[in-house]
Amino acid sequence: MPANNSIFQTSTFRLAAIYLLVFAISAAAILGYVYYTTVGLLERQTEDTIHAEILGLADQYRLLGVAGLVDTVQRRSLDAGGAIYLLEGPNRARIAGNLDAMPTGITENQTWIDFPITVGKEPVAVQHTARGFQVELANGYDLLVGRDVNELRQFRDVIREAIFWAVGMSLVVGLGGGYFMSRNFLTRIDAITGATRLIMAGDLSGRMPVSGGNDELDRLSGSLNDMLSQIERLMNGMKEVSSNVAHDLKTPLTRMRARIEDALRQENALEYRTALDQTIEECDKLLRTFNALLSIAQAESGQMRQGLQPLDLFETLRDVVELYEPLADEAGGSLMLEARPGLRVRGDRQLLAQVLNNLIDNAMKYGQTSADKPANIEVIGRVDGQTVIIEMADHGIGINFEDRERVLGRFVRLDESRSKPGNGLGLSLVASVMTLHSGQIQLEDNKPGLRVILRLPLYTEAS
Amino acid sequence: MQHAELTSGPEQGTESPMRILVIEDDREAASWLVKGLRESGHIVDLAAEGLQGLTMALEGVHDVCIIDRMLPLMDGLTVIQNMRSADLKTPVLILSALSDVDERVKGLRAGGDDYLAKPYAFAELLARVEGLGSRKLLDPKDAKLKALDLEIDLMSRTVTRGGKPIILQPREFKLLEYLVRNAGHIVTRTMLLENVWDYHFDPQTNVIDVHVSRLRGKLDKGFAEPLLQTVRGAGYMIRAR
Repeated sequence: MPANNSIFQTSTFRLAAIYLLVFAISAAAILGYVYYTTVGLLERQTEDTIHAEILGLADQYRLLGVAGLVDTVQRRSLDAGGAIYLLEGPNRARIAGNLDAMPTGITENQTWIDFPITVGKEPVAVQHTARGFQVELANGYDLLVGRDVNELRQFRDVIREAIFWAVGMSLVVGLGGGYFMSRNFLTRIDAITGATRLIMAGDLSGRMPVSGGNDELDRLSGSLNDMLSQIERLMNGMKEVSSNVAHDLKTPLTRMRARIEDALRQENALEYRTALDQTIEECDKLLRTFNALLSIAQAESGQMRQGLQPLDLFETLRDVVELYEPLADEAGGSLMLEARPGLRVRGDRQLLAQVLNNLIDNAMKYGQTSADKPANIEVIGRVDGQTVIIEMADHGIGINFEDRERVLGRFVRLDESRSKPGNGLGLSLVASVMTLHSGQIQLEDNKPGLRVILRLPLYTEAS
Repeated sequence: MQHAELTSGPEQGTESPMRILVIEDDREAASWLVKGLRESGHIVDLAAEGLQGLTMALEGVHDVCIIDRMLPLMDGLTVIQNMRSADLKTPVLILSALSDVDERVKGLRAGGDDYLAKPYAFAELLARVEGLGSRKLLDPKDAKLKALDLEIDLMSRTVTRGGKPIILQPREFKLLEYLVRNAGHIVTRTMLLENVWDYHFDPQTNVIDVHVSRLRGKLDKGFAEPLLQTVRGAGYMIRAR
């Protein structure tokens, strides 16, 4: 998407253009007002003065006659200072005043007229503009009173020019700024679009560009990147799971197939029966694996989050420990619970019970101090500040530091010989259920043995 | 999912044949189910879709209905809802490929009495169907439950066998109560886990067996005749007579 093709369609540019229009109109209005109050006022004042003088002179003519008027005009002409006078007789001859002749272009009585005048003596004479008012007095006398308005006109021109430049510059700068702003915006949007396309094409490691200014686009990119990380993590998990599932299912299926094939070769009812029995057993194992995978997937999807209810984890602990106690007892070991009511969390009773079930099951399998000695397991539930902590400790072989992260993955079994029953999904389920409950799982050395620590946010009425 | 050994253990349910309606659209699964139930001595009617199934159920002649969750023409849950709004109280076992706890709750809320996720062992299904069929025989409000010389007083929560009191833990009492309510019928480990502990997951160990054998120890101690039987490959049963 080339930037210049669509730049005028960007919302930034449109916004900039609208602001610019509003700004230009308001600037023009302000400057127009300034023009009216300065230049306009000065012009009106000049005209008022001229008018007043005309009226004064007309009065003189009426009271003192031509002689008095001529006398006044001559007197004033001597010390004019920018004022212009001309009195003409009925024969269009100049009688008095500092202007040589009546300017051309006067068509009717009592009109305003702009005319050129020469100021100073040669060779430094310059042309100025003057504005005057002409009246016909009684008996054919013509009187013109004017003022040199050159400075006023210059001032007016300066103001006009200023208005022109101010509006013009603001338009140019605004348009240019809008263009660059939109182009900058568009470039970044294009970068994001490009990144999206790359990701859509299959490169999940791609990320949205972040400029570092922490503006809204950066924040948007940041959220998108977080989302992408989550998706990538889930996708990688899924890929890993798919290959692990394939591998872990192939083994029992191969075994099953071989067994059936072998039984068929024997052509013996008892052999058939044994093979079928074993096949059912193998099927049940596979189904268990599938169910465990489904539970993990369900917990990980987060869909169940709305269904979480406030509950006392103490009751769940007590029930699960009660369920397992006879089994531990029978084996000659022990299962001790140390907890008090009040372990309030928001959770799913079934999933949390299954978590505890899996942990106790693991502890019974791997918590033996030696092959013939049964496991002694301690379960502790307590509240620490705003956290509910469940600890489950055994004194068995434990888990090496470097394996503690790995063992939470799917189908990971540290027991290479696979002598104990299990599918390598128990701790994965624990981890995913903890994530669903905004909790954490931590594996520690119990010296000797394993200590599993679960942390869940304490539920209070306020939260 | 325990071992489904059809031929092992005592013949189930033959003492009280039931008329069972199966509503299942998968032909192979249905014929397998019908065959198994008939071999266990029951009379079976089959419907391959929801509407026909509902019509048959509304005749009101069946002791138990087995209804698949997803059916053509009318969904299994809708069939059950229609049955219940027609005031038909026939116990219903829901079969479903969906094993989520949510789905189970939905099924029970629609009016189902029990829920079994596919795939299942036939022994599990049979035990549940027979449990549902016998449910109406015992009024849950009865203050006393009896099986042979065993007596459970639900009010005072005491147990006696041959007049001799037996001291039980609360969970053992619940376990025994469930077994006695289903006396004469097989109860599977999963049924115990679901109904006595209210756990709907597979603990993958023989935890239930240990609890049952402890209970058996208390019940049969000092008596020649064992009351609580293990049915190999299926579950447990308290003898009714």
